[in-house]
Amino acid sequence: MNWKTTATAMGLALLASTGLARADGVLNIYNWGNYTSPDVIKKFEAKYNVKVTITDYDSNDTALAKIRQGGTGFDIAVPSQTYVPIWIKEGLVQETDPGKMENFKNVAPEWANPEFDPGRKYSVPWAWGTIGVVVNTNAYKGPADTWGIVFNTPDELKGKVNVVPEMNDVIFAAIKYAGGQQCTDDKAVLKKVRDLLVAAKPNWIAMEYDTIEKMDAGDFKATSDWNGSALRQRLANPAIHYNYPKEGFGLWSDNVVVLKEAKNVENAKLFQNFIMDPENAAGLSAFHRYANAITGSDKYMPADMKDAPEVVIPADAKPRGEFQKMCPPETQELYTKIWTELQK
Amino acid sequence: MATAEEVAKAAERRDVRDRWLLSAPALLVILFAATGPLLIVLVYSFLTPGAYGDVKWLFSPDAWTSVFLERDIFDDTLSLAAAHVTIFWRSIKLAVVTTLATLALGFPTAYFMATRSEKTRDLWLFLITIPFWTNLLIRTFAVLQIIRNEGIINTILLKLGIISAPIQILYTDTAILIGMAYVYLPLMVLPIYASMEKLDFRLVEAGYDLYATRFKVLRKIIFPLVKPGVIAGSILVFIPALGAYVTPSVLGGGKNMMLSNLIELQFGQGRNWPLGSALSITVMIIVMVALLAYVRNAGKSGVRHG
Repeated sequence: MNWKTTATAMGLALLASTGLARADGVLNIYNWGNYTSPDVIKKFEAKYNVKVTITDYDSNDTALAKIRQGGTGFDIAVPSQTYVPIWIKEGLVQETDPGKMENFKNVAPEWANPEFDPGRKYSVPWAWGTIGVVVNTNAYKGPADTWGIVFNTPDELKGKVNVVPEMNDVIFAAIKYAGGQQCTDDKAVLKKVRDLLVAAKPNWIAMEYDTIEKMDAGDFKATSDWNGSALRQRLANPAIHYNYPKEGFGLWSDNVVVLKEAKNVENAKLFQNFIMDPENAAGLSAFHRYANAITGSDKYMPADMKDAPEVVIPADAKPRGEFQKMCPPETQELYTKIWTELQK
Repeated sequence: MATAEEVAKAAERRDVRDRWLLSAPALLVILFAATGPLLIVLVYSFLTPGAYGDVKWLFSPDAWTSVFLERDIFDDTLSLAAAHVTIFWRSIKLAVVTTLATLALGFPTAYFMATRSEKTRDLWLFLITIPFWTNLLIRTFAVLQIIRNEGIINTILLKLGIISAPIQILYTDTAILIGMAYVYLPLMVLPIYASMEKLDFRLVEAGYDLYATRFKVLRKIIFPLVKPGVIAGSILVFIPALGAYVTPSVLGGGKNMMLSNLIELQFGQGRNWPLGSALSITVMIIVMVALLAYVRNAGKSGVRHG
């Protein structure tokens, strides 16, 4: 390399670095894996001249443990509604008052004042969904709107059912099937739950998260699952149907919060406001395949999601949906014991 | 004026000091990187679990009691922690069977390699190390692709008309064993090969000259001489196999917990870090006891020289 090319290279490098420096800062997002639309991020970066980084986590507990240790450098995280009160109580998040932000008017009324964050003082809705039963109708044609598919498996599906090993979701479903209330510590109900689970397990083939590919390939013929995952499965194989169990099913939502240790608070607030815009919210949905809580986003939604039965809960099923809550530690301990016994 | 003796003493003192200084970085690394985290685990195992993970700095022996004993949540009776025992036993069994399987496959492989000509030996050695270039998870998924219902084996058998429905191999104990044996095989082959390569095959010839049977040659000549390699290989396979996480979860379907899953549960959804710490230390103790017993036994029955 002669001095001329060296000088050009250095000049270019200098230009590039000043280009970076001219950005109005950075925003470091800590979110679930495979969940953040690159297109929406690009749009945000262009609009506010902010460089965004995204780091993945795989469970609420991982995220909570890491943020609690501190010094992560993240500005934003996306905990589930069961965890939002803990994040608030533990002083991990800032009161950014999204309820007063410009785009807040777009938040659907049923999401504007949730129990886990009254008045939306901390969090902005990212996505919400349900947990139900997915069945390949080529393998089983009977009624599938029941947790019985999992807990009292019909003969056609024996040895072909998968259960997504989210402890709280499985226990919730089992309690519903046993006729109890969520977070119950009633020993009579829990004994039923335990016996139910232990008796059901021999009919399961696996307890795995990797459902989309395995349902499509036919390793599983039925599974408990999240609705967005079910949608992707149906798009790959039209015989796969999502069902809302009649015993009751869980509702969840993930929410964007700004961390107390955030260094780029203003950018984080801009982001909270940005994703409450209908077009941007639809952009997020198009990627992660879950519903958002923003009114007016429908007209920007991809065609295959607009009337998807996985995304739009049928009117008759709606009343059976129930928001999952965080159970008290003592109850949680009982559940862990049942769970260990189930998996031993 | 210093006598020659004093000069020598001073030089020796300097020497000792230099040696300490030179080994200081290594000692510090061992002290902080190896012992430090272990101490934290030990301390955590005697604390109280925090409500949502982490620990409260309050002494409590509960974690240790619940490693071995459990209080039935329904009738409140105290009994041996059957769930933990089952899980420990499953993991130990898997580790032992994996060690035996890799030994059965690895010993002939190493023998084959060591008896090739010097040039081709390097090629075989190279081939054995190739799997290490790839991530463990990817190797495990490769096994999954081979044995799954729509996988290579089942497709070929179906096409040939040998079977009419796919054989369910995936998500069985067989699947876990296939995966474990495949993943850990190089760790067994390499140390045995290293001993085997040094083996003086004239001894084998001498054995035959003295009318020893093939089995006798193997048992009385080859095996005792490559024993250090077998021991090293067994240790290298047994320890990681006991803590195996990826292979049993991916190929076994995660229905039955292994030790590693049980520990992970305590740090994740179980939110009982002290119990997780106590379980981890229990595993270490098991490994240590097993190693001591094994090495001692192996040493006792080994060939005596001189």
